[in-house]
Amino acid sequence: MTLLNTTNVVKRFGGLVAVNKMTFSVDEGRIVSIIGPNGAGKTTFFNSLTGIYKPEEGQITFKGQSLIGLRPDQVAATGIARTFQNIRLFGSMTVIENILVGMHIQLKQGGLDTIFRTRKFNQEENDAEQRAKDLMEYVGLKNVGNELARNLPYGGQRRIEIARALAANPTLLLLDEPTAGMNPNESEDAIKLFRRIRDDKGITILMIEHDMRVVMGISEHISVMDYGEKIAEGSPAEIRSNQRVIEAYLGRGAAVAHEQKA
Amino acid sequence: MNTLFGNFFKKANTGFWPVLIALAFLLIGTFSVYQSPRSLAAFLILMSTPLILYFMKMNMKVKVFIGLMLIVIILPVLGIRNIFYLEVIFQMAVFAALALGLNIVIGMAGLLDLGYVAFYAVGAYSWAIFGSKQLSLLYSVPGAAPADAPFALDPRWFWLFLFLGVGLAAITGILLGLPVLRLKGDYLAIVTLGFGEVIRVLALNLDKPINLTNGPQGITPIQRPPLPPESILQFFRDILEPFVGHVPTDAEFYNVFFYFLALIIIAIAILVATRLEDSRIGRAWTAIREDETAAIAMGIPLVKMKLAAFAAGASFAGAMGALYAANRTFVSPETFSFLQSIGVLTMVILGGLGSIPGVIFGAAAVVLLNIQILQNFSLYLSELRQSDAVIPIINFAWKDLSNQLDPAKYQKLVFGLILILMMIFRPSGLIPAERRKRELVEEKE
Repeated sequence: MTLLNTTNVVKRFGGLVAVNKMTFSVDEGRIVSIIGPNGAGKTTFFNSLTGIYKPEEGQITFKGQSLIGLRPDQVAATGIARTFQNIRLFGSMTVIENILVGMHIQLKQGGLDTIFRTRKFNQEENDAEQRAKDLMEYVGLKNVGNELARNLPYGGQRRIEIARALAANPTLLLLDEPTAGMNPNESEDAIKLFRRIRDDKGITILMIEHDMRVVMGISEHISVMDYGEKIAEGSPAEIRSNQRVIEAYLGRGAAVAHEQKA
Repeated sequence: MNTLFGNFFKKANTGFWPVLIALAFLLIGTFSVYQSPRSLAAFLILMSTPLILYFMKMNMKVKVFIGLMLIVIILPVLGIRNIFYLEVIFQMAVFAALALGLNIVIGMAGLLDLGYVAFYAVGAYSWAIFGSKQLSLLYSVPGAAPADAPFALDPRWFWLFLFLGVGLAAITGILLGLPVLRLKGDYLAIVTLGFGEVIRVLALNLDKPINLTNGPQGITPIQRPPLPPESILQFFRDILEPFVGHVPTDAEFYNVFFYFLALIIIAIAILVATRLEDSRIGRAWTAIREDETAAIAMGIPLVKMKLAAFAAGASFAGAMGALYAANRTFVSPETFSFLQSIGVLTMVILGGLGSIPGVIFGAAAVVLLNIQILQNFSLYLSELRQSDAVIPIINFAWKDLSNQLDPAKYQKLVFGLILILMMIFRPSGLIPAERRKRELVEEKE
């Protein structure tokens, strides 16, 4: 079943067409990747999906509901959570607080509950804290709950970001270059984590990724973008042998040479 | 040097030492203020007791007991002996509430508001207009008021207006918030600065076409809520007389009364601020301060949460405004100048952005500096000026010292210096904000 569907999405910045007629869909329960050279418009496409940018043309539907015109927080409330290419944590909050912020949509406590510390408030906070601890364990963060997020090493920060996104109980998880800057061992762990997220929680994953080992190792479906357009899609094997993809990455001349060698 | 002091502090901060030190400060302070009610040093010793209670480790019950002793018994009694102390503490409480409110807007939500004092004005003018004769003078020229004009409301309405002040200030906060929420950082600061001036200029000019605020002359007299019934007052008169050396007058009782009212409001303000901070709302504010884009991607509605921050911050100022109007029985636009906003900002920055104990300390320190230390220094200089003393070597006679060099006139300079020095040397304030540590089961690796 199609979870996310976009038709002819166009996003321009002045004269530059960053995303051009992107038609794209993600089936429920899959792990899908978008790849493409730098500047291909992948992150812009992500930002158009999540409401940070307003696309000029086209349709975006999620669970059959249109996302066009929604603010980012409203998009988040429909069940889309995301991480960012350059980690965006709340640095001077503790790790556990970062995860609690991720639960903002689900928590129902109001201003009066907060001031009078009603039973509803205490109950909700306790449950939330317990869930946050479980999530920390789930993504492999140990003994750092009370540390400030900015004091954690890079890999830890990536994990917090994923835990924070999971805290929102999303249906669709958008990961923007989740393994950037990781060494092969860390990438291996990350792949395992993403698989677990999909398998245990049934969360659909859409990610942008550069590391081909990760992309080929985990994706069930890959779309390739170049100059704002989708130039190819298919299974990892199909993408690997696609002529246009090789050209986009290596340039035409190199692609021909590659062909002759093969 | 630093470690030496640190070691000393560590040693003193164990066992029964903290209690002894706190009691010593309390007793010596009380005794010396009692003996010499005009001495600044004595008052400073007494006022460092709360700091010791805050910083040193001791049983919570002991802390509360010593604190209550100081607040409920010692300060009112000493305050009746020398009324000035209650005034100092009243001002500390007023500004601490303002600082707590501004701390929500700037410290937690990260919205730089330079017109904060406008909300204070809204609270003050709401009771000033209804609690004075102003409503019967709407059509008379300022200054030409008939002396027999009646008061519009019974003084007991003050209690309602304390809450109305909160509500009105909160609504003003939202009204200010709505148009400016798209702005960030410097732009927001400039607009709020303008807004603060707009409110002041409104107060200054709304004496025509109908005389709502009585213009630059301000509104007076404003009624005070009635004191407790005579039987209770008589009881306290009998108790207090031997301690203070004279029968306390109604004016002195009013000072104690406002002192306690201010303390109750500040206690509520502290409670509300701490509870808000550690909740979904407070976390959302901090998240917005840290990274708006990430916050909104987590589903935090920016507009709603920022408006909530403006409203919550403003409401503290509204309550204190109404109280201030009743205490002074007089309000005028001058009280709500831009410099006051900067003053509150100085307190927040001195104490520590986002730190609740910090901003209270900041407010206390700045008030003390302003109305006591600088004044005392001025007094000292003017005494020197009247004496025949001469500074040796450079042969400078004190009586030649210019009147312009009066420290009490250097309030703005002091604010400026505090802001500059804090930003350079201790940007997170004297008592920096700390995140709450949660109890987590630590796993053994």
